Amino acid sequence: MAVPDPLPTGLRAARLVKPEVYRHRLSTRIWHWLNAAVILIMLMSGLMIFNAHPHLYWGQYGADPDRSWLQIGNLGERGFLRVGEHTFGTTGLLGVSGAGDQTVYTAFPGWLTIPSTYDLAGARHWHLTFAWLFVAAILAYWIISLGNRHIGGDLLPSRHELTPRHILEDIKNHALLRFPKGEAARRYNTLQKLAYLGVVFALIPLMILTGFTMSPAMDGAWPWLLDVFGGRQSARSIHFICAMLIVLFFLVHILMVVLVGPINEVRSMITGRFQLPEKRG
Amino acid sequence: MAGVITRRKLIVGIAAGGSSIALSACTGPAYQGNVLSIGEWLNYRAQRLVAGNALAKEFHESEMSPVFRTNGNVDPGTREYQQFAANQFAEWRLRIDGLVSSPTSYSLAQLRSMPSRTQVTRHDCVEGWSAIGKWTGVQLGRLLKQIGLQPNARFIVFHCADNFDGTPYYESIDLADAFHSQTLLAYAMNDQPLSIGHGAPLRLRVERQLGYKQAKYVMRVEAVASFSGIAGGQGGYWEDEAGYYWYAGI
Repeated sequence: MAVPDPLPTGLRAARLVKPEVYRHRLSTRIWHWLNAAVILIMLMSGLMIFNAHPHLYWGQYGADPDRSWLQIGNLGERGFLRVGEHTFGTTGLLGVSGAGDQTVYTAFPGWLTIPSTYDLAGARHWHLTFAWLFVAAILAYWIISLGNRHIGGDLLPSRHELTPRHILEDIKNHALLRFPKGEAARRYNTLQKLAYLGVVFALIPLMILTGFTMSPAMDGAWPWLLDVFGGRQSARSIHFICAMLIVLFFLVHILMVVLVGPINEVRSMITGRFQLPEKRG
Repeated sequence: MAGVITRRKLIVGIAAGGSSIALSACTGPAYQGNVLSIGEWLNYRAQRLVAGNALAKEFHESEMSPVFRTNGNVDPGTREYQQFAANQFAEWRLRIDGLVSSPTSYSLAQLRSMPSRTQVTRHDCVEGWSAIGKWTGVQLGRLLKQIGLQPNARFIVFHCADNFDGTPYYESIDLADAFHSQTLLAYAMNDQPLSIGHGAPLRLRVERQLGYKQAKYVMRVEAVASFSGIAGGQGGYWEDEAGYYWYAGI
């Protein structure tokens, strides 16, 4: 009896299928995409809330008669961003956007905000409802990821990785766009670990706690919030700065995905399976 | 006579207030059929649970805003109001009615002669700015206990002298806030009689909520079982006109 020969396994391993690893657990994947959507809504509705009073202050109080450290506004048809004593022209993006009949004089343009036309009440509905999902999702992620060793095993850098020499080497590799190949690509690199830990354990908790500090009811319940952040207006400034740092993280994150291999990276965050990039040379 | 606390009124008042506070945990903002109103419902429940009767932070006088800006209407401008103002509000009276044991009215002098509370607190506008000022007034809870609430009272509504294009300003709070010790009907700000810009002769201070709840030019206080039959039915001018959350603790 002639049975068809199976495909030569050696050939398949060598040529057709690159080595694949199970890289992202289901909990990580679900949180990643849920969080991505929620953060987008929080950011865009937050920018609309900022539009209601486009000034930031330090301290317990801050209003129009007080000196703001950051302001977005317009002088006639010219939009500007002022940071301290430095003013930058931002016509078309910040302060003044659109053209002709469609010109709007809001701090952030409609295409960056939810809702897209000025609506503080509506933006608050989005922001303060999705805030619950944002908090619930990060709490679940923390608990599950501590339990399944995602944080301890994948995200926490080893002592060796934290030596200045290793970190400098990692910075150099990133600058030269030399990314890990083969077995080394099984694990996150050091800068990647530090970036993820920074978002998960610093920026997101800071967003939540400074959000609480802006609530007069929460300040009554937990007065230490005002001491920790130096006042409601300082908390509002830190809330905004952390939001911008999350935007910065997002931009670098996307850039890295594109540079390293967008299809493989995006597929791995959907199916969990990641093809190890081949070592060349 | 107003200002005399009878034992019966006090007991009825405290009993009504107490039982209503317990019951108000089952009332409050209603689900509006809009998914995004879930946030208000959750915020209200969670903050009532976490904050309880906690006091808003009180600041030192040295921490006060050098200039406390005005907001919203800065002069009701009606003929009736102008007549009151021309006479330093000597003819003005605050009416308290609705679901109370006996509707009562007070002159400004009567309110000023009552035990007062002074607090330096932060005013947070929904837009994002904050200003710290010093407020002196009568505790709303004290007045309500004195008059006595009927057992079915759930909310306190503040009817104001000002209007936007003819639509009167009003606001409402639940009994937990009404009986909170920092909730004042304030007649003085920064040691001066309340100015017209800031709500003369009397404004509400409900320190754990945002600025639009701090009704100015209060003319009448009404105890109700539900605010759904008042004006647009959402419990306040901005709630009716622009869809702002009734509960503004965040």
